[in-house]
Amino acid sequence: MLKRVHFEPSVLPYLLVAPQIIVTVLFFLWPASQALYQSLIVEDAFGLSSEFVWFQNFEELFKDPLYWGSFQRTFVFSFLVAFLSMSLALILAVMADRVIKGSGIYRTLLIWPYAVAPAAAGALWFFIFDPTVGFIPYALQFFGYEWNHKLNGNEAMALVIFTASWKQIAYNFLFFLAGLQSIPKSLIEAAAIDGAGPTRRFWTIVFPLLSPTTFFLLVINVVYAFFETFGIIDAVTGGGPANATNILVFKVYNDGFVGLDLGGSAAQSVILMAIVIALTVVQFRFVEKKVAY
Amino acid sequence: MIENRPILSFLSHLIMIVGVVLVAFPLWITFVAASHDEQRMTELPLPLLPGGHFFENLDIALNQGLWGGDGTGVGFMLFNSLIMALMISIGKIAISLLSAFAIVYFRFPFRMGFFWMIFVTLMLPVEVRILPTFEVVANLGMLNNYWGLSIPLIASATATFMFRQVFLTIPDELLEAARIDGAGPLRFFKDILLPMSQTNIAALFVIMFIFGWNQYLWPLLVTTDQDMFTIVMQIGKLLEGGEEAPQWHITMMTTLLAVIPPVIVVIFMQRLFVQGLTETEK
Amino acid sequence: MSIMKKFIAPVALASLVGSTSLVSAATEIQWWHAMGGANGERVNKIADDFNKSQSEYKVVPTFKGNYTETMTASIAAFRAKKQPHIVQVFEVGTATMMAAKGAIYPVEQVMKDNGVAFDKSDYLPAVISYYQTPGGELLSMPFNSSTPVLWYNKDAFKKAGIGKVPTTWTEMKGASDKLRAAGYKCGFSFGWQSWVMVENFGAWHNIPMGTKENGFAGFDTEFTFNNANVKRHIKNLADWTKDGTFVYGGRRGDSLPKFINQECGMWMNSSAYYGSIKKQAKFEFGQSMLPFYGDVVKKPQNSIIGGATLWVLKGRDKGDYKGVAQFMKFMSSPEVQAWWHQGTGYVPITNAAYELSKKQGFYDSNPGTDTAIKQLSLNTPTASSRGIRFGNFVQVRDVINEEMEAIWSGDKTPEAGIDEAVKRGNALLRKFEKANK
Repeated sequence: MLKRVHFEPSVLPYLLVAPQIIVTVLFFLWPASQALYQSLIVEDAFGLSSEFVWFQNFEELFKDPLYWGSFQRTFVFSFLVAFLSMSLALILAVMADRVIKGSGIYRTLLIWPYAVAPAAAGALWFFIFDPTVGFIPYALQFFGYEWNHKLNGNEAMALVIFTASWKQIAYNFLFFLAGLQSIPKSLIEAAAIDGAGPTRRFWTIVFPLLSPTTFFLLVINVVYAFFETFGIIDAVTGGGPANATNILVFKVYNDGFVGLDLGGSAAQSVILMAIVIALTVVQFRFVEKKVAY
Repeated sequence: MIENRPILSFLSHLIMIVGVVLVAFPLWITFVAASHDEQRMTELPLPLLPGGHFFENLDIALNQGLWGGDGTGVGFMLFNSLIMALMISIGKIAISLLSAFAIVYFRFPFRMGFFWMIFVTLMLPVEVRILPTFEVVANLGMLNNYWGLSIPLIASATATFMFRQVFLTIPDELLEAARIDGAGPLRFFKDILLPMSQTNIAALFVIMFIFGWNQYLWPLLVTTDQDMFTIVMQIGKLLEGGEEAPQWHITMMTTLLAVIPPVIVVIFMQRLFVQGLTETEK
Repeated sequence: MSIMKKFIAPVALASLVGSTSLVSAATEIQWWHAMGGANGERVNKIADDFNKSQSEYKVVPTFKGNYTETMTASIAAFRAKKQPHIVQVFEVGTATMMAAKGAIYPVEQVMKDNGVAFDKSDYLPAVISYYQTPGGELLSMPFNSSTPVLWYNKDAFKKAGIGKVPTTWTEMKGASDKLRAAGYKCGFSFGWQSWVMVENFGAWHNIPMGTKENGFAGFDTEFTFNNANVKRHIKNLADWTKDGTFVYGGRRGDSLPKFINQECGMWMNSSAYYGSIKKQAKFEFGQSMLPFYGDVVKKPQNSIIGGATLWVLKGRDKGDYKGVAQFMKFMSSPEVQAWWHQGTGYVPITNAAYELSKKQGFYDSNPGTDTAIKQLSLNTPTASSRGIRFGNFVQVRDVINEEMEAIWSGDKTPEAGIDEAVKRGNALLRKFEKANK
């Protein structure tokens, strides 16, 4: 999208985009193209012998029923993570925007947990959810419920959805809050004078004005759920039990980084990229139409 | 406050408190685990309240665990993390502000091409394309220095995308007015766009600082010199004892220490939030 | 490294590094490892002691994450020609390393080329057999090795009236029943299920897990662990999940809390958990050899090891490898080995270190700590019990984990699960064979 009013063409815009383009080409496009090439070859881990096999890596993937299962799980997982983390964050942001007393403390306490190193997250979730020593299973036991996500696939899925959403709440909260605060208060006051209650004001004024932020977060959260959750899955369930939490990006990471099957992993990342590009195009073409800039 | 509704205010506080408890619970557990001895953290039921070993553990984490065998100290790890986090956050914000400005406010050939070129970088996090990226960094001689640690992580579109969204909401009248005043693009950028994006810059800075601060896999790969270790790598090191169960209390204490600098950033940035708020309300 | 150097532009840095290497006195030997925690400190001490013992070489140990991260980091570095001299690789990576003939420098060769005396008969056969070629050449130097043993709660045994530590699976069931009758939630649990219940089950009963001498004789190997004995065993375990004789507690060492918190009276996992159990358990515990089926073998064969070894990578300056050879020699000396063994619970790699530990009275003051070494050396390793060498084995273990989890939860029958694991495993073997021609 371009501003209706804009500056005259000159050499300036090229200079402005140059730094980002250079970094992108060097550290993203070039390595990504290597991955693309990698997806068409079969190679040993050390790169000592390689053979060009065209689309064989892809064929093998599509023959694998487990790979298709992973697709389905990924969509369920991503949808729920994006929905949960965004809606909870929005509620909290609206409340934080409302309250004046103590808002700084709430804000800090909500953002602070985001700073806990993911490297230590595995240990934290161990304390909270481990079937033997964790707090939640220990508490559930008194209600007669035996929590064991090491064996129960649905519980494992619920757990990774929860942990992945948890991590993203602070992020979403921060941007929702920034978005809310840039809405001119005069607009809301005017509506209040017209007799609109808080709920109506939210849906008719605040929510539409927040749509650029919401759109930004929607894209970011979908991308987050698709791509950046393998670390959490690795730490919490390792894709198990019996593949129940093996989503596409975890498989890419696990086959490539851990299993050193470079060709197969590269083929998967190409497919994954294609999906997210398609999803993003859909979001820009259709969802963005509803965004009020 | 637009109108006074005590019940609504009460409800707001209640929801905030529930939200805070839910979101901050793991952080509380970190603190609790850091204040018990090793054995207590393996016994049922696990403690929900802090124990009496906090300072003892702090001493171990500072003087033994973190100082390690080579006696180099925790200071340099915090320093490395700080430099890396700052380079990533500032670098990312700087290049993104410029490119978003160009893409939103200029019509020029290949504009959309550039936009999509930047935009696809959202898709593959560095961990997934880590081997080829490592090769590029190695060939550029960027192993074991701050450039290699930070610049490859700057190549991401999140910030560009966000500033695009922010710029698009800025009323066109402002640009028209600026042009009538005879302001060039750079003046407009400096005097209008920057101040108006302040809240978002602050939010982004917080997010990017924490993102950079918490990197694990990438620093692990591109640094081989102990001098370049970051604090988060140290947490990972404490957790990986081969067949040895981790010493939870020390690990959690280190985690707690590692949270402090990002928290200082959050608290410091709070001010900018409030400022941004009052300025737009003027 | 000075702060300035960390900031210096890449190109300038290259020239700077070039000039500093001229002035530094000792040749640096890079050693990448996966030992964090207290073991990481021990690694540093070994390197320090070596560096103090001579002045020509300086071994620099660097922590590079967990086993997979360390291995992948080294491979990435190799591809970019920045590899370390020595890298610690876990046992499942053996086939991958071995297949990379252009990248690895067999340890035995390193010793020979640099005139460092090396006598294979000094080493414990059960420890080094896993890492030898079929011709007997030692490829990598065992560093931290262990084997699965049966851990048991002595207090619980007393309470339940169990007089004899189980040696067969029938006795395991009997002891579990007594434990549960005495109020314990479960009889036993175990970790690293592929390693303990498939790989070691095979070696212990002298049954091959795959063709071609468990992969030692060639990459064109196929899995055969869907044999009647393994199937019956897995079926027993699956049946036992129903009454709590066996409770599954996750992969790796995840189920340790079940043993520590006295939910389960017995636990089968690596002997290297000794230190952790000693620190955490508030009861008397012991370790004993793994149980076996009396109708499959009269006497158990020997178990196989796990853990990691040190591989030497090619492509560094020729002179450096003399230092590598000397370091390997130093590292396998009886004193270093006995110290490492006694501190960590890993098994010693040489006879001399074992004898030294005996002489020092370590096993008398720490009863049971020689179980692992005795179990490993119970008999001379056979083609089915000296180890396994399958490609893509990290993923094969994942497959076995997945299928076994499906069996424990009742989603699949033991029959179907094991057959599926073999089928999926064979596909991974073919893939490896193709990539490593």
